[in-house]
Parts: sequence; structure tokens; C-alpha cells
Amino acid sequence: MRHLLSAGDLDVDSACLILDTAAQLASVTDRTVKKFPTLRGRTVVNLFFEDSTRTRISFEIAAKRLSADVINFAAKGSSVSKGESLKDTALTLEAVGADAVVIRHGSSGAPHRLATAGWIQGSVINAGDGTHEHPTQALLDAFTIRHHLRDGTGDLAGVRVAIVGDILHSRVARSNVLLLRTLGAYVTVVAPPTLLPYGVSQWPCAVSYDLDEVLPHVDAVMMLRVQSERMHAAYFPSVNEYSRRYGLDVRRMGLLPPHAIVLHPGPMNRGMEISADVADGERAVMVEQVANGVSIRMAVLYLLLGGMADDGKKEI
Amino acid sequence: MDSARSVVLDAGDIGRAIRRIAHEVVERNKGAADLVLLGIPTRGVFLARRIAAAIESIEGDAVAVGAIDVTLYRDDLRLRPARALEPTAIPTGGIDDKVVVLIDDVLFSGRTVRSALDALNDIGRPRAVQLAALVDRGHRELPIRADYVGKNLPTALAEQVRVRLIEFDDFDEVTIDGGAR
Amino acid sequence: MPQVKTVLRGVRPYGEDPVDIVVAAGVIAEIAAAGSAAGRVIEASGLIALPGFVDIHTHLREPGREDAETVETGSRAAALGGFTAVFAMANTSPVADTAGVVEQVWHLGKATGLVDVFPVGAVTVGLGGEQLAELGAMATSAAQVRMFSDDGKCVHDAAIMRRALEYVKAFDGVIAQHAQEPRLTVDAQMNEGVLSGQLGLTGWPGVAEESIIARDVLLAEHVDSRLHVCHVSTAGSVEVIKWAKSRGIKVTAEVTPHHLLLTEDLVASYDPVYKVNPPLRTSADVTALRAALAAGTIDAIATDHAPHPHEDKDCEWAAAAFGMLGLQTAFSIAVLTMINSGLLDWRALADRMSVRPARIGRAHGHGHELKVGAPANICVVDPGASWVVEPATFASKSRNSPYSGMTLPGKVIHVLKAGKPTVEGGDLAC
Ligand SMILES: [Zn+2]
Repeated sequence: MRHLLSAGDLDVDSACLILDTAAQLASVTDRTVKKFPTLRGRTVVNLFFEDSTRTRISFEIAAKRLSADVINFAAKGSSVSKGESLKDTALTLEAVGADAVVIRHGSSGAPHRLATAGWIQGSVINAGDGTHEHPTQALLDAFTIRHHLRDGTGDLAGVRVAIVGDILHSRVARSNVLLLRTLGAYVTVVAPPTLLPYGVSQWPCAVSYDLDEVLPHVDAVMMLRVQSERMHAAYFPSVNEYSRRYGLDVRRMGLLPPHAIVLHPGPMNRGMEISADVADGERAVMVEQVANGVSIRMAVLYLLLGGMADDGKKEI
Repeated sequence: MDSARSVVLDAGDIGRAIRRIAHEVVERNKGAADLVLLGIPTRGVFLARRIAAAIESIEGDAVAVGAIDVTLYRDDLRLRPARALEPTAIPTGGIDDKVVVLIDDVLFSGRTVRSALDALNDIGRPRAVQLAALVDRGHRELPIRADYVGKNLPTALAEQVRVRLIEFDDFDEVTIDGGAR
Repeated sequence: MPQVKTVLRGVRPYGEDPVDIVVAAGVIAEIAAAGSAAGRVIEASGLIALPGFVDIHTHLREPGREDAETVETGSRAAALGGFTAVFAMANTSPVADTAGVVEQVWHLGKATGLVDVFPVGAVTVGLGGEQLAELGAMATSAAQVRMFSDDGKCVHDAAIMRRALEYVKAFDGVIAQHAQEPRLTVDAQMNEGVLSGQLGLTGWPGVAEESIIARDVLLAEHVDSRLHVCHVSTAGSVEVIKWAKSRGIKVTAEVTPHHLLLTEDLVASYDPVYKVNPPLRTSADVTALRAALAAGTIDAIATDHAPHPHEDKDCEWAAAAFGMLGLQTAFSIAVLTMINSGLLDWRALADRMSVRPARIGRAHGHGHELKVGAPANICVVDPGASWVVEPATFASKSRNSPYSGMTLPGKVIHVLKAGKPTVEGGDLAC
């Protein structure tokens, strides 16, 4: 394992290894000393070209619990529209000796570029790139689903998951479709046709425009955040219409099987894609998702940095 | 290369060694109260359970037994690809003020035990820590010695000591493999 | 004063039987039996003579982006690529939308003298798409502009496009359209397809090109004017052009070397060297484009040579500039895709790389049959040679070639422009 760029690069064994490692690491949260000495002396850089306090803090806690030195490098806000040059930033990080770079970038493929352009030697972890992928989010979602529906072990064979909302612009959806399928789950993406990518029929998932039809047949439903500004680009006529057709409210909760859980990568638009009572209901697992995020990121950091500097094997 | 392989403990030897260690633990600690047996994965965990069962048959009371994975505390992580973690299971009641007996299959450089001591330190504060090993093959690199040893086994550095236990390997056996002779 | 004669010894015109081509006073003076002519001999036995190539779509970047290319460096690259004429696109800084700018470029071309540089005039002021540039003034300037294009941008306003098509009829001009419906391609990064959805890159759908071509051919028909379609990239566009030609509409079209060879799957590397506009498409599109070029539905190969400095490509995909180098690899890509596949013979290749593009752009003195009396714009190539692409050795100022490291067939050996050698033995002659 050298980099984590795409959920699609994980096979079922490597995905399960990350989930299992996270499960072992999750036990640390119950201890008084929440820290391991594992990555002492290693440097992890959080390189965030987009604001995401949640994801950055999650990675920061994860790295610190493994005793890594953490440098937060917020590249946003420091310059004009085009932003800081990715390359110049990378060269700086290389000069200070970053062992891993956790990168969040508005441009799809930026982590891939960082990993392959020869600018830096360290591991690259994709913390969300443009409308491409967000693999650690998918891993924590899979971890959460596995905990609730599969006793926290093994793969997700046969689990049925609906992913609902702005699939077109969602890196969370892309990573989840790939990872959940790899783990054996059946995924259905649900959205108005305008918010589905061209060629979605070729994705390893089913596609539906009708949420009511899908809900009775799933074990987990993942609601995606819908930016209201999409409305101005004519993806849907109005917030109200979107919410009526694709929002998860109490009535629709009644359509779900009793064991089904509700996930949301956050931050939520209460009243838009999810109603407040559903968001606060007992089948919503958003708080667990956040906690699991730390364990997953610890696992990824450990597996990337905990071994030889470069074992020459394929990227995870 | 002529690689030799010889059995140094068979199933009966292993059973006797475990019973002897169990007796010694009870004798030294004047009973089994406050004992916590922690096996070091993988095979140390099975040995810990066997020793616990043996103590139970001697004393009549159940002994707290668990597992402590030391991977995250190892000092040789960067010499090999990252490895999978094994479960850590601390018995309810914890280890504070208990006598912890660490149990490993083979005592060699002592580095694993050093890691285990560090791991224990992050979990709690035992009253005392003791060490049991099925085989002590020598070649210590740290000032560590076992309190209970199944068999002292002088070896050459190039030789490999392999412990097989029925819970994991389908049969009980300790062998010495390899080493050019 | 004795006339200086240059003899291309033993060369095979269009791959046919070997002859000596004797050049004097800028024209082909004689075509004699191989080995028979006297004069300054350039050994060319086994090599093929073709009319000098004409590139109707080149970005020479001067004025404004001399860090990427200049008329001089671009001319060198063109000559080495077998070209004797190039059309320099108008999207410079300042934009070539006045007689002054086109004359500047024209003079720079003259001064370098390696190829004839025909400036393309902008259709609208500043490429803004709103107000016609002074097309007549550019046409009557020293540069004698006949091709007008807002290339880089689409003349998307139908009324402006109609007026432009009408207006250039007065001086036999042609509007070269960069067909890209802007609203369908906001922030577009690559071909819209399954891959764009997977890579999370905003799609550039083929329909954005095809719908503009469809509109424009109907406008050209309505006002009976000449339309040229730049860098056709989809099978659908081919269908529209074929239909238009069958109706007698005065439309011509070009295809780039890269659209004849490369496909969108290269984008999965996120390496911006593959970022180009219009984007790399699918293998089905590549097949359709090759067939259309073979059939003559597409008239010409044009490079869309688009030099960019290193920093504009050494970055993340979205921040990178669109475009690829083309001048020094165009011939080899043509051999690879059209000759070696059997789709074109040498005479037909000469038609697509010289005759037709010269006619489209009214490049007088270029694109002539290799016969006695024709201007001696001649390219001599070795069809059997192969070479490894090393952008660092290019004459272009920029290095953004997508073919780096590839072994390509066919090599340009000698080039005569107006009878004077510009390239000899694969190197610049002066
Ligand atoms: Zn263009």
C-alpha cells in the first residue's frame, strides 16, 4: 500500500483489511490513553484546498492517535481564484519531509496527480477531490453498515443500499458505489435524471428515479447533501419539489424495513434531503459515522505508513 | 542446502509443559486471585486459554484471560510491510492492581515482550507483570527474562522455531527448522 | 548569370517511379529520368516527394505568449514537420482582429521565411462573439486574410455567424468555426461519457459540437457562403457534414492528428498532456474520423498545434491549459493512422495535407500538383523510417506532446519552400 486515491483501487481483501484494522483500532476510544506510539516521528500533512473542518479534524485526530506529527496546511483563502499552485505546495511539503499528504482539492484527480507527477515521495490519501471520489468516507460508511447489519465482521455480501440525491456531483456516491459493490452489497442510486451522471447505466449499481419504490427493498439508505445552488442551474425546479420527490421524511421512513439504517455524510440540509425528525431519529447513524471516521482514517494511516517506507506493492 | 527439521516438543510434551506452568503460576502467586492472563497473538492467546483452563482445574475458580496485540507498539514495523492487527481483549475488571501474566509462544529477542510492556502501560497499571513462554530459544537483545518457561531450547540464530497449536494449525508440535548444518 | 538548379535525385513523387525533380527559380523546372539531371544534388533515392504540407490550424502564440511559441519557433517546427505554409490562429494577445495585428504576424512570418505564414483573422472583436471585426480591412491588408476564425471560442450567436458568413463572400473568405455550444460545455474537461462520470470530470458532450455544425451548415446554405469546420471530433459531426455536402452546401472540414489516434481513456491518468479542446473522444469516433478523412467527407488534416509552457501543464487537470503540440508529429501520425492502415495512398495523403487545405485557405502557391511549372513547395519523406518522439528536441518552444516516448513511422527528410531547402537531411537547412 502506497496511496489511497480511489475506492476502486481496493479489492475485497484490502478493503476488509482496512475495515478489520479499524475495528481493532476502534477499541482505543474506550481507553484512558487513546494513543498508540506507532507513527512516532512520521509527519502527516493535511493539505486542504477546500474548507472541510469535519474531515480535516477527523484526519488530524486519527494521525495524532497514532502519534504522528500533524501539519495543517490550509491552502485556501491565501490567494486569488485560481488558488495556490498544487505543484509549488507539493514541493514545499516534500522539502519539509511529509511522509503522508492528506489532500482535499476542488479539482477531480488532484490527489492522483500529486501521487504520480513526481513532485513528492510520500503517500497520498484522497480526502475528497472535486466530483470524483472520497474513499475514506466510503470506508467509514461501509464500516458503519457492517457494524449494524453484519455484526462488524466480514464483507457486505447481499446488503442492499440506496444512495439518494445529487449523484452527479457527489464524490461520496462514486466512492460508495465502487466500494460497496466490491464488498458484495447491492447498490441502487436514486435521483432525478438531471442529477445522475451520463453513463450511470454502466456503473456497478442499479438506477432508479423513484425513491418510494426503492425504500421497501433496502437495508440502508444514504442521503446525500443537495446544494440548493443546483436549483439555479436547472437541475430541478425548486427546493420544495426536490424535497417532496427525494427527501427522506417520516412517511418515507415508514416504507423502510424495520432494521434499515439511515446514513448521511454530512453536513445535512435539514428540511431539504432529510427532515429533522428523521435526522434525529434512532435509526439515523450519523454520529457513529463521525466516530467511525476516526477509526477508518487511523487504519488507513497505519496501513500506509506503519510498514516499510515503500514496499513496492500496488496502490491500495 | 541441507535443511534439517526436528520435533522438539510433541503434543504430550506441550500438555505437560502447560500444566507445569499453570502449577508454577499458582504456586508463585499463592493462588489465582487477581491474576489476569494475557496472551500475545496469535498462538500466545491459545496458550493463555490453555493455562487458564489448567489453573481453573487446580484452583476451581475461573481465571481472567484475554489477549494483548502488540503490533502498534513494535519497534520493527518499518522493516516489513504493514501487518494486520490482532484483537486486543482485556477482561472486564481491567488490569489495574492485578498481576498480569504475559504469555507468548516463543521467547527470542525480547522485543515482542518489550512492546507488550509498553502496550500494558497504556491500558492500565498492574501490580506486577510476569512472563510465560512455551519455548525460550535464547538470543535476547533486551534485558528481559521469562518467569515461566515450558522448555529452554538452545538454538542457532539461523534456525527457526515453529510452534503449532491445534486451535490454529490442526495439531500440537514444536519444531526446529532450517539452519545450514 | 547562370541559373542555380537544385535536383532532388531519384525521388518518387507520390510514391511512384523514381525521377529527378529539377527545381529552378522557385518552380519545378523539369522532371527528368532518375540520375540524369545536373545541378546541386540533394540525394533522395527511396524517398517520396509530396507537395509541401499546409496546416490551416496552427497557434503560433505571437504576439502575446512568446513564452509558449513565436512565429519563428513555430515556423521552425512547421518546416521540420514538412509544412511549407501554416495558418496562424487569431487568439493571440492582442487578438488578430485588426489589419495591424495580422500584418504584424505576416511580417514576422516573412522575416523568418521558413514557411509562408497566413494569418487568420478574428471573426469578432476580441473574440467576444458580439461585434464583427474589420474583416474587410484584414482581407485587403498586406496579409490578404481569407480565413477568419474565433478559434478557441465558438461564434455561438447565430445572427453574428450568419452575418460573418455573408460578409466574407465579398472577398472569397471562409469562416472557420470552432464548433462548441458554450452552454452545453460550461467547465467542460473531457469527453462526456461513462469515463467522465467515473473520473468526476465535467463532460464535453459530442452534441455540443454537432448541434453547432448542424446550425452552421444550414446558415451557410441559406446565405450561400463558405463554412469550414475546425477539428471535427465526433462520428455524429461526420454524419452532419456528410449530409451537408450531399446537399451541395459549401462546407469543408478538418481533423487533427490527435483525434485520428488518441482516445479518451488516456484521461484516466489525469495527466494534462491529454487535455485538449475538443476533447479526445472514443475509439468509435476515431474510426469514423479516419473513414471520413479517407472518403473525403473531412477534407484536411490540420494540427491545431497548441503550444503551452510547462507550468500550464504541470498541474492538476482542471487548472491545466487545453491543447497539444502537433506540427512535428502530424505527418507521422498521418502515416500511422491513414497510410499504414491502408485508408489513404500517398496521393490522397497529399490531397488531405496539402491540396485541399491550400484550397480552403486560398493559400496561393501551395497545394499544387508536382509537375513542371508548379511552385516548388515540396516535402520529401522517408516512409520506412521510424523515430522516437522526444519533445525536448523539438524546435517548438513548448513540450506538450502527447506522443512523448512513442515510436512513430515516417520521417520528413527534406523540404523545399519556393525552391529553397528549408530542411535537409531532417535538420533545418539554415
Ligand atoms: Zn479550436
